Amino acid sequence: MNDAMGMPQTAVVVGGTSDIARAVLRTLVARRLRRIVLVGRDELGLAAAAKELQALGTVEVDTITFDVTDTDQLPAVVRDSSTRLGQVDLVLVAAGVLGDQARDESDPEAVARVLATNFTGTAAVMTAFATVLRRQGHGRMVVLSSVAGVRVRRANYVYGASKAGLDGFALGMAEALRGSGAALMIVRPGWVATRMTEGLDPAPFATTPEAVAADVVAGMERSTPVVWSPRPLRFVFAVLRLLPAALWRRLPG
Amino acid sequence: MKSNGTTPHVPPRAHRALTGWGRTAPSACDVTEVRSGEELDAVVSGALRSKRSVVARGLGRSYGDAAQCAGGVVIDITGLDSVLDADLETGVVRVGAGMSIDALMRAFVPRGWFVPVTPGTRHVTVGGAIAADIHGKNHHRDGSFCSYVTRLSLATPSGRVEVSPEHDPELFWATAGGMGLTGIVVDATVQMLRVETATMRVDTERARNLDDCLTRMIERDGEYRYSVAWIDCLARGPKMGRAVLTRADHARLEDLPPARRADALRFDPVVRAQVPVTPPSGLLNPMTVAAFNELWFRKAPRSRAGQLQTMATYFHPLDGIGSWNRMYGARGFVQYQFVVPFGAEDALRDVLTRLSQGRMASFVTVLKRFGPADPGPLSFPVAGWTLAFDLPVGPLSTGPLLDALDETVAGAGGRVYLAKDSRLRPELLETMYPRLAEWRATRDRVDPTGLFVSDLSRRLGLVSTPRPRRASRPARGRTKPEAQEKATS
Repeated sequence: MNDAMGMPQTAVVVGGTSDIARAVLRTLVARRLRRIVLVGRDELGLAAAAKELQALGTVEVDTITFDVTDTDQLPAVVRDSSTRLGQVDLVLVAAGVLGDQARDESDPEAVARVLATNFTGTAAVMTAFATVLRRQGHGRMVVLSSVAGVRVRRANYVYGASKAGLDGFALGMAEALRGSGAALMIVRPGWVATRMTEGLDPAPFATTPEAVAADVVAGMERSTPVVWSPRPLRFVFAVLRLLPAALWRRLPG
Repeated sequence: MKSNGTTPHVPPRAHRALTGWGRTAPSACDVTEVRSGEELDAVVSGALRSKRSVVARGLGRSYGDAAQCAGGVVIDITGLDSVLDADLETGVVRVGAGMSIDALMRAFVPRGWFVPVTPGTRHVTVGGAIAADIHGKNHHRDGSFCSYVTRLSLATPSGRVEVSPEHDPELFWATAGGMGLTGIVVDATVQMLRVETATMRVDTERARNLDDCLTRMIERDGEYRYSVAWIDCLARGPKMGRAVLTRADHARLEDLPPARRADALRFDPVVRAQVPVTPPSGLLNPMTVAAFNELWFRKAPRSRAGQLQTMATYFHPLDGIGSWNRMYGARGFVQYQFVVPFGAEDALRDVLTRLSQGRMASFVTVLKRFGPADPGPLSFPVAGWTLAFDLPVGPLSTGPLLDALDETVAGAGGRVYLAKDSRLRPELLETMYPRLAEWRATRDRVDPTGLFVSDLSRRLGLVSTPRPRRASRPARGRTKPEAQEKATS
């Protein structure tokens, strides 16, 4: 059960090898988190993540290998993970790929793949877990979106559009969950130094997984509906969203 | 749906999100309002058949998640609010579990009978009072509520049972403070307290700091039936723990001015103000609370004896403000109440130091002395000092601070009050309640399948529920520490 501070005792993480997800889990294990199911594509990566968490304290970690685009397997994964946890206090949705914009924009299959992972597959996963939370009458879903989806840029429109889709879906689902006892929180990080962005030039307001994790956990404590990380991005994007296209186009990066 | 002689009417359900008085951690449940013991029995057996979890709810004044059951059935017992039997000679009354202390007082104070124990609010039910084995300002002298319950009727999975301290004392005392997990109290027999007036004779004095306050309480609490100290939680240094002590007894008829003697038992408290909307979280902060505390301390007389106050003013000052829990804003608040045994004054001092150093803005901080414990294995009060304060949810330092306080309290042989808890680290439960195993054995005897469940019981692992079944399909990958392996069986 989540306590008064919004701290969960159990969690299922979709995208269990995500650097941000791992940082969030490390913080939560120090509080109340004791049982975790890590779901992801990379079996070895999941095992490493599980090991890291177990080194932090008395915590029981299970792993399930699963690709979010594999909708056929989804019901079994959801059933499996919720059975193992008993009560699902937290669903952390962190699956996602960056893709390679330069290559992807002329490769229809690659575009479909990025969208299937970041948006349609993830939306299907969210839908399945939302049903679990609704039935339980409690629990929180935390969805990692991105500022890239707030206003999609030319420089990464495939990834940006996938996150825009996800963000809109999550906003709608958050409204739908009102009154159900369950809640949904959206996280919009800026540029984060992770394996995903390795080798890329940092954008302004660049941050780290640990800093994002701190913002996420603070958002959970305060029941914030949308978490921007770092926080000033909220105000930056309030302006950027309204910028005329001619100016927007000229922005660096 | 109509009821007939054979099949009891099964009341309708409403799916609703519920929270405790602290307005944190909501969860959705099917809420069923029952109007009779038979309806209650029908709901209990229906839930048993459909394998759903059940918990009873009264007026929702537990601060945390004790009276909600996510995904399960919550039985609202406030409809069981009638007086079933009353002997005005002896003050023995039998009432429905949904009757509130407020209703009890309105019914019996005018006839010269006061409730044996009242908490800081009149808006709790008798059922809730038993489930939490509540205490009042007279604990140092009179003990807690269940010491005045002579019999109760309990709805259990195997049907209705009558229990008392003589008949199945094990179940009776497991129910006292059992947080509603041993069954649902349907009605109870309570020994009331004889009073001559509805007025309190109150002595007020200020204490310079914590030590001064403790000394004054130790020396003279015994002279009063009721005693409580309000503490300025933000005062630091030599003023740390400065307090206003208010101690009282029921006024005798001759204590009243002659003009008021004819109507000495009149009791008609009113709600003076209402918090109409939820203000933004953060209204109560160290600055506003420090200003309030300064004012409150200075407003209190250095020493005044024999002031006459109404029962409502002395016992239930916050009941004069409707929905005062909204004051803490939309994120809600937590109330932290603990007791440490006499001799562990250092732990008390330590907690208060950390509260004041941490600039924790508790609006109401209250200190009191507990007398000896009753036999309930999960009953909160034990002989010692109890401190209660509330803190808004939001400041990020609150969670870790309270976690640290838990360690201090547990280390000193103390415990936190489950009726107020909403965030205890489950690992500490057994340290704080060493008779937990004994309680669980009784609970498992009456409720072997684990019908009675609350969010509190799930969060703290209060009941020894079987661990969730493993998926029949072998796991695709699994890593688990050795220590956990044992606990899973």
